[in-house]
Amino acid sequence: MEEEIRLAGAAQGEEPAQAAKAGYAGKSKREMLWTLFKSMFVLSACTFGGGFVIVSLMKKKYVDQLGWLGEDEMLDVTAITQSCPGPLPVNASVILGYRMCGILGSFVAVLGSILPPMIILSIISVFYNEFRTNHYIAIALKVMRAGVAAVICDVVINLAKNVCKTRRVLYIAMMVVAFVCAYFLNVSAMLIILVCLGIGLCDLCVNLWKKKEA
Amino acid sequence: MDKLLQLFLSFFQVGLFSVGGGYAAIPLIQDQIVNVTGMMTLEEFTDLITIAEMTPGPISINSSTFVGTRLAGPFGAIVCTLGCILAPFIICLVMAYFYYKYRNFSGVQNVLGALRPATVALIGSAGASILVLALFQSKWAGIQLANFQWIEFVLFGVCLFLLRKYKISAIATILGSGAVGTVVYLLKDMVLR
Repeated sequence: MEEEIRLAGAAQGEEPAQAAKAGYAGKSKREMLWTLFKSMFVLSACTFGGGFVIVSLMKKKYVDQLGWLGEDEMLDVTAITQSCPGPLPVNASVILGYRMCGILGSFVAVLGSILPPMIILSIISVFYNEFRTNHYIAIALKVMRAGVAAVICDVVINLAKNVCKTRRVLYIAMMVVAFVCAYFLNVSAMLIILVCLGIGLCDLCVNLWKKKEA
Repeated sequence: MDKLLQLFLSFFQVGLFSVGGGYAAIPLIQDQIVNVTGMMTLEEFTDLITIAEMTPGPISINSSTFVGTRLAGPFGAIVCTLGCILAPFIICLVMAYFYYKYRNFSGVQNVLGALRPATVALIGSAGASILVLALFQSKWAGIQLANFQWIEFVLFGVCLFLLRKYKISAIATILGSGAVGTVVYLLKDMVLR
């Protein structure tokens, strides 16, 4: 059991490194920073809805398209950003930027993710009454939710499939219970993450104890 | 200058204490801006939230820019936004440092492994909320079949199909659904009239 977990851990550790290599082989740091800034800017400009929307978009961009991160890593980053204070997209940019180019990367990524809302809001604050009462804008924002929902569904289907692939009943059960708690019972995300952290620690203790017995 | 400093400190607190995403920040901002400092009326604040929800980007960045611009011009916007992200920036950087230092240890993997299903569930829950809002114009508890939105349902289906089958880009999906949906609604209005 422990052996299996260690192997799994090692595999997970290597996978993103390989994927990342494929993504930025032969690129200078300057190019990386520019790509980071550009992609954060575009993602942030198109994120309608809450923080988890941008996580889905980031997963598609950085994991599926650019291959900079592994999927597990992206989920870890999401869990960390959710447990830190502050806006989720900004937190995620800090960590992703740090991962790709160190502290400078964090600055660049955060700049990319806060500039679009700052520019848009500065313009809108001048004539916000016209904006708020505009019929066409209201319709466009309403229908756009269908597209946003489709993007999140697509990402969640892939992620949930991978959780099921671990074939650990504990993980699958945790996913289902966490969903019911978050969606139907309105339990806060922070609490869910803390409880799962506790379960993870217990799981670790059980594994260590089993290893000792054997 | 006093005003800018006060704005900075207010939003620094908002950034530091808003754990758990954008909607956790709204009551904090309200408290700072309306109740503690009296820089805005409750009415102005309600408008602010409406606008912040309608525009792209994180809600706390949106509201700090909006409050800053209205109270102290573009410079105010920059001061508020910086105040809002300073504390999270430092905390996340520290977390990132420790995560990348220790993530490959098997024990850490074991614990992080238990967090992943929860994260998937949280993203799923956010998706379910938006889907229900798009299809029924209400939250889950208030669903009425009479409010079922056919246009959104078809749009959702087509988008999901294109995403899964042809792997089209997420941003194209969101912007495309907005454009196509608006045209369909306008055509429908014309036909019914």
